Amino acid sequence: MSSRELYFSEAIREAIAEEMRRDERVFLMGEDIAVYGGAFRVTKGLLDEFGPDRVRNTPISEASFVGMAAGAALLGSRPIVEIMFSDFVTLALDQILNHAAKYRYMYGTQVAVPMVLRLPTGGRRGYGPTHSQSLESLFLSMPGIKIACPSTPADAKGLLKTAVRDDNPVAFFENKTLYGRRGPVPSEDYTTLFGEARVVREGSDVTVVTFSRMVWEALEAADALSQDGIEIEVIDLRTLNPLDMDTVKASVEKTTRVIVAEEGPKTGGVGAELAARIVEEVYYYLDGPVKRVAALDTPVPASPVLEKATLPDWRDIVEAVHALGSKG
Amino acid sequence: MTKQELLSLYETMLLIRVFEEKVLEVFTSGAISGTAHVCCGQEAVAVGACSVLRRTDYVVSNHRGHGHFIAKGGAVRQIMAELFGKATGYSGGRGGSQHMACLQCGFLGSNGITGGGIPIATGAALSLKLQKVDSVVVCFFGDGAANQGTFHESLNMAAIWNLPIVYICENNLYAMSTHFSEAFKVSNVAIRAQGYGMASEICDGQDVLAVRDTVERAVSRARSGLPSLVECRTYRFRGHSKSDTCEYRTREEENAWRHRDPILLFGERLKADGTLTEADLESVSKKVEREVEDALAYARSSPNPPTEELERSVFA
Repeated sequence: MSSRELYFSEAIREAIAEEMRRDERVFLMGEDIAVYGGAFRVTKGLLDEFGPDRVRNTPISEASFVGMAAGAALLGSRPIVEIMFSDFVTLALDQILNHAAKYRYMYGTQVAVPMVLRLPTGGRRGYGPTHSQSLESLFLSMPGIKIACPSTPADAKGLLKTAVRDDNPVAFFENKTLYGRRGPVPSEDYTTLFGEARVVREGSDVTVVTFSRMVWEALEAADALSQDGIEIEVIDLRTLNPLDMDTVKASVEKTTRVIVAEEGPKTGGVGAELAARIVEEVYYYLDGPVKRVAALDTPVPASPVLEKATLPDWRDIVEAVHALGSKG
Repeated sequence: MTKQELLSLYETMLLIRVFEEKVLEVFTSGAISGTAHVCCGQEAVAVGACSVLRRTDYVVSNHRGHGHFIAKGGAVRQIMAELFGKATGYSGGRGGSQHMACLQCGFLGSNGITGGGIPIATGAALSLKLQKVDSVVVCFFGDGAANQGTFHESLNMAAIWNLPIVYICENNLYAMSTHFSEAFKVSNVAIRAQGYGMASEICDGQDVLAVRDTVERAVSRARSGLPSLVECRTYRFRGHSKSDTCEYRTREEENAWRHRDPILLFGERLKADGTLTEADLESVSKKVEREVEDALAYARSSPNPPTEELERSVFA
């Protein structure tokens, strides 16, 4: 398979354009996504090819344009909605939780709600408390919505294409600091399946289960630990719902030690759910506690110094690995 | 209108009334659990509006949705079965009174969140426009929902994008117990349409023909790509839900509105102009009572839904 180097943002744009060419039912909605190209310029240029009907600038009315996406999906459209910053998705939570995620179930499987919410996510850009959150765990406790959280340009493209073709609502988290990251993306048409975690780096000592941007922090930790002769296995979950526990369990059975790393706050986070599942399902393989690396249970502050002290990075993973002790 | 069409309006209103009274009866008897919001007194709005719609047009409803559903062609057997939580109900027992849909009827769903259906209806209208389908959406909601943010946001987008939709506000004077005058500085809901550059009309919601005429104009505008807001002045004869004792309003007010019962008014009119005889109305009454009894028997005798496949129906 041949490939070329693309930015994460370009990979997303390419996925959207390909899906819009393939299926005329696909259209975009969001604030300033047309001429401006979205706050992060991800949709830049799509207006020229697809026109204002399918690249639809909205007023600042998240609750209603997210609900409109669900209503349009009921009648066969396949909307992709950009929420300018994932923090703003809270304005539309009723339409997601009580409508989009419930319709198929509560109307007795008569309907489907194929829609994608694109959610630029995370901190490290100094935007402050209302523009820097990682809200993946919010969606984890909502039955009826899938969650994708790619870490590489190739996965961003492949998972987004799968999301658009999925007949269910999908929350698609794009860590903002990844937009400027480049990586190989296959030249051929492809999709990346939901529910298949990827072992990014093999190791025998400790398993680090993570997703989105924290995959790169885990790889940096792996390099540092390797200098000391400790080999960690890094698992990129790629989707949180569906969750690939088989890959996690196989790794834990091998390493017997596990850390879950995420950028969101620790309490009630993705790590809490993962830790519970690991303890429930592979407890007898564990040689130590399940450790969580996560942000402080605070808002994300604006000052670079404070933000750095709030959000986890590779050093926290290294520390957690050391805290688990050497393999006995 | 032909005699048959007039009779059909009368019959559907009466069917809704008898159905709703039966629903209250079975709830009170403890035969079914949960809650229900019945629409007795508001039948002319549902029936008048839906009478000008095609089967291929869509309706989005709210928590008080049984009447809208019946008026759009929903089967009373399956609606009653849903209230009984049975497998044969429209949602297979998963939705209950406030959460039913039927795509074949063009009924896009009733909804337990006040104002929640307004964006859904608006999005459905956007989809019709994008697909260049010659259908319209009618969105029913109450005066309470007109104070949700979704009302303002959605009407604005429908106006700027010229969507084929008719917003029908059933102003029954009370958002649960809160009187219209406590929640609105303006004297009517329709005036708000001006703020979005949208046409609006107010009509007598107790007069099925007035509703029909008004909504017919709005639907015609919608087919040409212009949304409208129609405010129907009406009253709910019963409480907000089955547990409401109506302490917030007077018996005098209730009695005054009872004299404006849309079914009685229309029946009198049909007799007065010689369209129908008392015997005709009697026979309609017997017919709908049989239909509701049949629905009740169907619901009672229907099987419970299976509990094994619950987790498999969350995702498509």
